[in-house]
Amino acid sequence: MEQLKTIGRELAMGSQGGFGQSKEFLDLVKSIGEARSKAEEDRIVLREIESLKRRIVEPGIPKRKMKEYIIRLVYVEMLGHDASFGYIHAVKMTHDDNLVLKRTGYLAVTLFLNEDHDLIILIVNTIQKDLKSDNYLIVCAALNAVCKLINEETIPAVLPQVVELLGHSKEAVRKKAIMALHRFYHKSPSSVSHLLSNFRKKLCDSDPGVMGATLCPLFDLITNDANSYKDLVVSFVSILKQVAEHRLPKAYDYHQLPAPFIQIRLLKILALLGSGDKQASEHMYTVVGDIFRKCDSSSNIGNAVLYECICCVSSIHLNPKLLEAAADVIARFLKSDSHNLKYMGIDALGRLIKLSPEIAEQHQLAVIDCLEDPDDTLKRKTFELLYKMTKSSNVEVIVDRMIDYMISINDNHYKTEIASRCVELAEQFAPSNHWFIQTMNKVFEHAGDLVNIKVAHNLMRLIAEGFGEDDDTADSQLRSSAVESYLHIIGEPKLPSVFLQVICWVLGEYGTADGKFSASYITGKLCDVAESYSSDETVKGYAVTALMKIYAFEIAAGRKLDILPENSVIWHMECQSLIEELSASHSTDLQQRAYELQAVIGLDVRAIGSIMPSDASCEDIEVDKSLSFLNGYVEKSLEKGAQSYIPENERFGMVNISNFRNQDQLEVTSHGLRFEAYELPKPSVQSRTPPISVASSTELVPVPEPSYYRETPQTAPVPSSTDTGPSGLKLRLDGVQKKWGRPTYSSSSASTSNSSSLKVVNGVTQVDGVSSGNSKTHETSYDSRRPQVEISEEKQKLAASLFGGSSKTERRSSTGHKVAKASSHASEKFHTSKSTTIYSADNAVEKPNLVQPPPDLLDLGEPIVASSAPSVDPFRQLEELLDSTQDPGTFGGTKAPDFMALYAETPAGGRSAGVALPLSLNRDGDNLIPGLSNASSNTVHGGTTVTNPSQISKGPNVKEALEKDALVRQMGVTPSDLGFTLLLFLLRSRYMEKATSSAAPAKIGGGGGGSRRQSDLNRSFKLAIRSLLTSCSKQELAKAFSNFSNAEQESLHRLFIQDEFESLCLETQVGTALETVEQLVEEKNLDPLFSEKSNIMDAVQNLSMAKRNEIHYLMGMLEKAEEQNRCLQDRVELLRQKMPDDSGISVVMEKFKSGILSYGTCSDGI
Amino acid sequence: MIQFVLLISRQGKVRLTKWYSPYTQKERSKVIRELSGVILTRGPKLCNFVEWRGHKVVYKRYASLYFCMGIDQEDNELEVLEIIHHYVEILDRYFGSVSELRPWFIVCELDLIFNFHKYNAAYYALDELLIAGELQESSKKTVARLIAAQDSLVEAAKEQASSLSNIISQATK
Repeated sequence: MEQLKTIGRELAMGSQGGFGQSKEFLDLVKSIGEARSKAEEDRIVLREIESLKRRIVEPGIPKRKMKEYIIRLVYVEMLGHDASFGYIHAVKMTHDDNLVLKRTGYLAVTLFLNEDHDLIILIVNTIQKDLKSDNYLIVCAALNAVCKLINEETIPAVLPQVVELLGHSKEAVRKKAIMALHRFYHKSPSSVSHLLSNFRKKLCDSDPGVMGATLCPLFDLITNDANSYKDLVVSFVSILKQVAEHRLPKAYDYHQLPAPFIQIRLLKILALLGSGDKQASEHMYTVVGDIFRKCDSSSNIGNAVLYECICCVSSIHLNPKLLEAAADVIARFLKSDSHNLKYMGIDALGRLIKLSPEIAEQHQLAVIDCLEDPDDTLKRKTFELLYKMTKSSNVEVIVDRMIDYMISINDNHYKTEIASRCVELAEQFAPSNHWFIQTMNKVFEHAGDLVNIKVAHNLMRLIAEGFGEDDDTADSQLRSSAVESYLHIIGEPKLPSVFLQVICWVLGEYGTADGKFSASYITGKLCDVAESYSSDETVKGYAVTALMKIYAFEIAAGRKLDILPENSVIWHMECQSLIEELSASHSTDLQQRAYELQAVIGLDVRAIGSIMPSDASCEDIEVDKSLSFLNGYVEKSLEKGAQSYIPENERFGMVNISNFRNQDQLEVTSHGLRFEAYELPKPSVQSRTPPISVASSTELVPVPEPSYYRETPQTAPVPSSTDTGPSGLKLRLDGVQKKWGRPTYSSSSASTSNSSSLKVVNGVTQVDGVSSGNSKTHETSYDSRRPQVEISEEKQKLAASLFGGSSKTERRSSTGHKVAKASSHASEKFHTSKSTTIYSADNAVEKPNLVQPPPDLLDLGEPIVASSAPSVDPFRQLEELLDSTQDPGTFGGTKAPDFMALYAETPAGGRSAGVALPLSLNRDGDNLIPGLSNASSNTVHGGTTVTNPSQISKGPNVKEALEKDALVRQMGVTPSDLGFTLLLFLLRSRYMEKATSSAAPAKIGGGGGGSRRQSDLNRSFKLAIRSLLTSCSKQELAKAFSNFSNAEQESLHRLFIQDEFESLCLETQVGTALETVEQLVEEKNLDPLFSEKSNIMDAVQNLSMAKRNEIHYLMGMLEKAEEQNRCLQDRVELLRQKMPDDSGISVVMEKFKSGILSYGTCSDGI
Repeated sequence: MIQFVLLISRQGKVRLTKWYSPYTQKERSKVIRELSGVILTRGPKLCNFVEWRGHKVVYKRYASLYFCMGIDQEDNELEVLEIIHHYVEILDRYFGSVSELRPWFIVCELDLIFNFHKYNAAYYALDELLIAGELQESSKKTVARLIAAQDSLVEAAKEQASSLSNIISQATK
């Protein structure tokens, strides 16, 4: 009876709490949860392990209890302790017939065992059995285990059954079977090579889940061999199309997006299939474009799909339209506040940069910001991008940055990576020998032992070979600057071993080559090194060999006496003692080197000259493998009656085996010392590398090709990036002047204007080119919320140096401007007014003329013009707007000169004022000129307005505006002028923004678009005015522009206010606030206890209040009820009083009744 | 391919681990130790991605729990971030439908662990979502259906147990 009771209690407990968990386990979990330190946690777990060890082996444990033990084991193992003593019990549990136990067993086994564990052989049988089970849940559990546990050896045991399951009626089983086959393919491709057609078949499975799962193995297959699957391109495209068109069941939607995970996988596959295949790519353009358009960029998953689209676009055959769409998305990513999106944007930029380098230019400042972000992840990603876009013009800045960062971090793994990147970039693009050597020194100093030894070997080789040019003086300069800097550094304490090896080798080889340093000085230094790093044998070896070389060179040069000058007995003694010490060294290598040294010194000049030829490290050594020089000797011996040599295999008659052995031996020797020339590196890495030899060096270290990671060049044509291609491992001394993106102005304008006649994007830019003499006014979008102060000059300088030296260009163009200004200030006016009239007259034919300003006249140097054009054509918008204004022709011609007169006094601003003019002209008919004068009023207002504009401009312009800012600063213009410039830019940008935003309706609505836009504009103006009339006093404006009419002042005022309004909006950061709110709401949804947790007191108070209210209410109800009751009673009372009357009535009734009756009878009687 | 899935509490305590590539116990502890050091110290506004020893790790915090997934270099981080969210939604839905335990799962320090039956469910749900390091099912409904099917067996067993206990308690009265 007692027993039954306990069982009952246990069962009850099991049923109400978790199934089969005891108090002990809860206690364990609780105590671990409460543990304050790792040590305490470990103690608890160890105690638990002890008790489990004891109890798990007790005989006759009930199965349910066993299950709990197993789960406790899982828990222990999860906490990082060894639970291997219980594995066997988990395996046993998989044999159980009860599904619950079996699942637990499988779960534990998959968590415990790796695929190479010995116990797996015990499970295979169970798995086989379970795969045949009728219950699909058991089959699923078994397949889960198959995916984790089956290794190469056991694949054949389950393969037939898994293949059979591909036709199972349950889709869950089919899916898992596919994944299992995928796993097999991973483990051993040959095991399933005959089954690959199954994957193709399953692509057409009726269940989208199975289809989606099939994409996993197909992706891997296509990665390995894209060509055999080209026939599937059409199917993939059509599947993707269907998915994107929402044809899959609703269940596959994720955050309103149709099956995004499947889309992503398909895009990945398409990227592989379309890579370098124009025909296949053409199939994809439409669907990828569709996804670009449809995808919702507000959700994270939407952005994931968009990112995948970018990857796809960058991989398949180039399509300008898609590229444009991708660039737009990148711009959105980079402008976003989310670090995640910025990260993805930087990554995507790195992918596109190979195809169109100018995209990065638009985002210079965004990239710089990411580089200086406190977020390490983002920083590293940005370094990766910089690495990809390095060329000779910006290598110095980038490598310096990298080294600074390298010094600042502790993460050895990343340090190694960034160090090798620095080295690679330095080798490829170094602008000068001196810089190269300095950079290498820095890298070795700070990351020395982390650097791959190959890097050191490579450096030695570079110094030995020079950089490929047949310019001996350059090479020797490089060497002597290396020697000099090494002699300088060598005294520093604790240099990394690798670096010392390089130093020793270079000093030995070239220390005395240019005669600047005496042999005695260098040998002294080398001895110092050998002594101070006495524990490092490799360094010592290098040092001794270097000593030997120097002595040999000296002797060969006939300066024997120099080695033993009387005044340097000490160092020589030092050296002597070093050699003596080493010849008794434990290391045979050092010993040998020491003896060799002594032997070499004793030889005569001629012998030394041939043993140790000077500067011969690059010469080839021919190894005579057949030993032909012995032929004479052999023949002589044979003549004398010696036996001829019988090869080993013939001697033993065991042809096969000895053949085998021979091969082995060959292999062995090839792994040992190698005397042939170094292998030629792969062509993709180096275009030309003369073989190096180890003629004079005894360090027989094979130097294989450098193995750093390199971008394999994209197959798609890379239009204007002359510098980005792989260019061998030489120092690039040429092309330093070349900049990012399009190298010259003329080519850029040519290419943009040629690209399509419709695209007059640059019309705007070019206009300002004409009117201002500065072509750099082009607008690009940029994060608007960044206040101006943040973008320091330093940053801009950095941007400039990274992205093609815009500061240099600006300086140059500014001088150009000065020249132009002097000569054509008047003509400038003329240009402006002319250009406006031209545009207002809507004379499209004139455009090309304006588009191409004569470069010689303006002396533009290398402006980054037009390469960063916004995708929507603002110029056309402008024209359309013009059409809709009532009288476009007149005001442009008449009022522009007025304006010009105004701004002529402010030369710096004037340049850009010219830009703004035509734009604001079209902005809103009458507002035009006042608008401009308003802009100049900002000049008067000075400081306050200067900061505003940068915040305002949401449009694509701030970056350029800021560049302008920098330029202006460089020119030494006063801040008020600067404000003027900026504001004008912003006005213009506002316009552009409006134009772009209304682009879509304009396209759809055709002719009607213009007026609608205008009404939109009007409405927004009105709104702004209403809300902000107080922010800018009209009087001030009036004062500033007394020469304008009232109406003009009025509209000027309006214009200004609108800017103010938006800036306020941005200042108050409405957007971010909303986002935060959204985030909070989301968190709260996931965190139901959030509010209660945070303020329980409030909750309690609320609750009691509510209760009190309820009580009040109930009391009221009660009272009401009582009152009613009373009323009723009164009524009853009343009724009772009336009762007598009632009885009278009844009497009357009675009477009536009887009367009627009697009447009846009477009538009857009648 | 996803290399591993980790759930770590804000205090650095491990709540769930799943390894899709072979890691020895030693390596596992090292990964957990070093990663939690990196991730737990990161500010709230930073990227949800960390690069660690050549791996990319995507993590996301839900209340006091960090969900981390180690992925390959060429994987799409945003996608993995959504896989995490997908998993959380599945768990959320599951715990919401099974019992009022939902807030426990997310909020409590003892979160997943308190009720080990539910804890297993977190593993089972993961098994339905990911297999061999790949996303096998992107439909929440399908996953939920499968877990429910498996659960029904457990429920049946439970019911049996409780009715048995009733019988016994009546018998022993």
